Amino acid sequence: MSTALKKERKPQRPPRGGLATMVEAIRAGIWEEMERDPAVFLIGEDVGTYGGAFKVTEGIIDHFGPERVIDTPIAEAAIVGAACGAALMGMRPVAEFQFIDFISCGFDLLTNYAAKCRYRWGANIPAVFRGPCGSGVRSGPFHSLNPESFFTNTAGLKIVEPSTAYDAKGLIKAAIRDPDPVLYFEHKKLYRLPRLREELPEDDYIVEIGKARTRREGRDLSIITFGAQVLTALDAAEELEKEGLDVEVIDLRTLAPLDKEAILGSVKKTSRALILHEASLTGGIGGEIAAIISAEAFEWLDAPVVRVASLDTPVPYSPPLEDYYLPQVKDVVDAARKLAAY
Amino acid sequence: MRISTKYAPRKPPEGKPRSCITDTSLTHEQMLELYRFLKLTRLVEERIVNLYRQTKVVGGVYRSLGQEATAVGSAYALRPDDFITPIIRDLGAVFVKGIRPREILAQYMAKAWGPSGGKDLNVHFGYLDKGFLGPISHLGDMIPVMTGILLGARMQKKDIVGLAYIGDGGASTGAFYEGMNFAAVQRLPLIVIAEYNHYAYSTPTSSQTAVRNLVERAAAFGIPGYIVDGNDVVACYEVTKQAIDYARKGRGAVLIEAKTYRRKGHAEHDDQRYVPAGEIEYWEKHNDPIDRFEKFLLDQKVATQEKLDEITAAVMREIEEDSEWAESSPMPEPEGAAYGVFDNSIVPPAFRPKVLES
Repeated sequence: MSTALKKERKPQRPPRGGLATMVEAIRAGIWEEMERDPAVFLIGEDVGTYGGAFKVTEGIIDHFGPERVIDTPIAEAAIVGAACGAALMGMRPVAEFQFIDFISCGFDLLTNYAAKCRYRWGANIPAVFRGPCGSGVRSGPFHSLNPESFFTNTAGLKIVEPSTAYDAKGLIKAAIRDPDPVLYFEHKKLYRLPRLREELPEDDYIVEIGKARTRREGRDLSIITFGAQVLTALDAAEELEKEGLDVEVIDLRTLAPLDKEAILGSVKKTSRALILHEASLTGGIGGEIAAIISAEAFEWLDAPVVRVASLDTPVPYSPPLEDYYLPQVKDVVDAARKLAAY
Repeated sequence: MRISTKYAPRKPPEGKPRSCITDTSLTHEQMLELYRFLKLTRLVEERIVNLYRQTKVVGGVYRSLGQEATAVGSAYALRPDDFITPIIRDLGAVFVKGIRPREILAQYMAKAWGPSGGKDLNVHFGYLDKGFLGPISHLGDMIPVMTGILLGARMQKKDIVGLAYIGDGGASTGAFYEGMNFAAVQRLPLIVIAEYNHYAYSTPTSSQTAVRNLVERAAAFGIPGYIVDGNDVVACYEVTKQAIDYARKGRGAVLIEAKTYRRKGHAEHDDQRYVPAGEIEYWEKHNDPIDRFEKFLLDQKVATQEKLDEITAAVMREIEEDSEWAESSPMPEPEGAAYGVFDNSIVPPAFRPKVLES
């Protein structure tokens, strides 16, 4: 019986282009980079035969072998440290955190070792540290984190978070090729969202780190956001359109370094800025963006910069609690209306 | 797993001073080289203290006085392409790896010509081509990093081993456990020297851990362990050589505990009020690693006192010359602080330091 349940394991090489969800796009990006460069390898918990908790690395071990897909003990400091060491040897590790919440267990090595090596003695660490982030999937306080602001105040780390399948593939490839450490956050709610399925080009492409993307053009108000909240912003923009408000949505894609040009360009056009993110409000990346806008686009503003973010609490589990915690389309619509009327 | 006490410290016969083990494969020439490294380590540290008192060293000064044999003897067992990652008490291992005194002196004085250009302190730098990987202040972190070095080397089909050092304090960290465990389960050729020098800053080892010997932890990782007399440079060499042979055969990691004693405080400012009266003097008088090795070299007729004095004089000349070089180095240019976080030639404008933009 048990053998009948076992599926024949055949490595399925992802197609180069074609329709892909975000998880398929990330997998295809990693796969293609492993084909292109023998120095690229995977390291993390259950990334091998099991394919990772979210199956991002499914099938990769069957094709590339266990030498290049390394299952580790439950030891994030060891994962980050080993990735750093291998990177110093010229390898290109892609390290997975099973959930990005566990990045805290590797925090010391990320912020003190990976981030500072080049500055201290000129040795670069070309490693990618990736994992599923984000709330809204009823996973409670330890499987729902958005940790970007833990790291934005550490010099030496680049941080990206895609919101489309196209960007997910382009950014994972750019991160793997980058000569410095890159944190790559994947919102778990977006992995298999049918709405994000899109046709990917067959050609090799990257999405440059440090560049935002305008997801929707508008004249009246800018929503600056990233990750799963891009969808919240787009939905809010559609509702607001019915009321005659023309909303622009900026998807940051890279959180460090911030694309100041894109942020300021949009705000100078619309004169009203709403920053939306899923992490808690206080000390979140929204404060930094608001400061940039205030310092460098003050004369263009017609209203104070508004931030919409989650409560200053841990992420609660129960659906009514989590929905109250998280910014909803209605919250964004209400905030945008007030901002437009200011 | 077995814990070997073959090289553990032994009490000398009543009334006899301690020497070193005589069962060794070291040639006379190698022994004299070991002697040179021991003296170099001690005398460079003394020079650094002098520079500190002249306020030319801007940060702290960390000594390995009394435990030089552990670092020198163990690192000497490596091949040139093998890797080390020392802790602050292993300056001797850094010299064995081919780093020059001038580089260390420039580092301590925060000079532009130091290997980190003034951005970091003391032995906090590295030369990947020499297999030298400097530590960071966070103890234990270098164990997983060295594990990664060896993992990378294995994928690249390079036949190297890694030697990492840890103290009795650093062995309490989570990173140490995670790194050891990962290296052990991957059967990587990692040799860890746990230096039992009695104190972690002011904390005695009895307040650090409930195990009597640090090496007992080897059982937790399923790897072999050795206890060695850390003040016997010959024993340190021999035990490390055995461990390297084991690791190089692909049999996995090894933990070696070196019993030694830290005669100075954590750093130069530490008044050592926590040390029982007479303890330091006892080790200085009866168990100094250099005294012991000198006695061994003379007893075994490896060298005459004149020969040893000659070596010491040559070391002094080298330190003199290197001090002059390091002192003549300029301090770094202030704007240098803004460079080097990323590869500035290719990063987007937002990451470029302001000085590059103007």
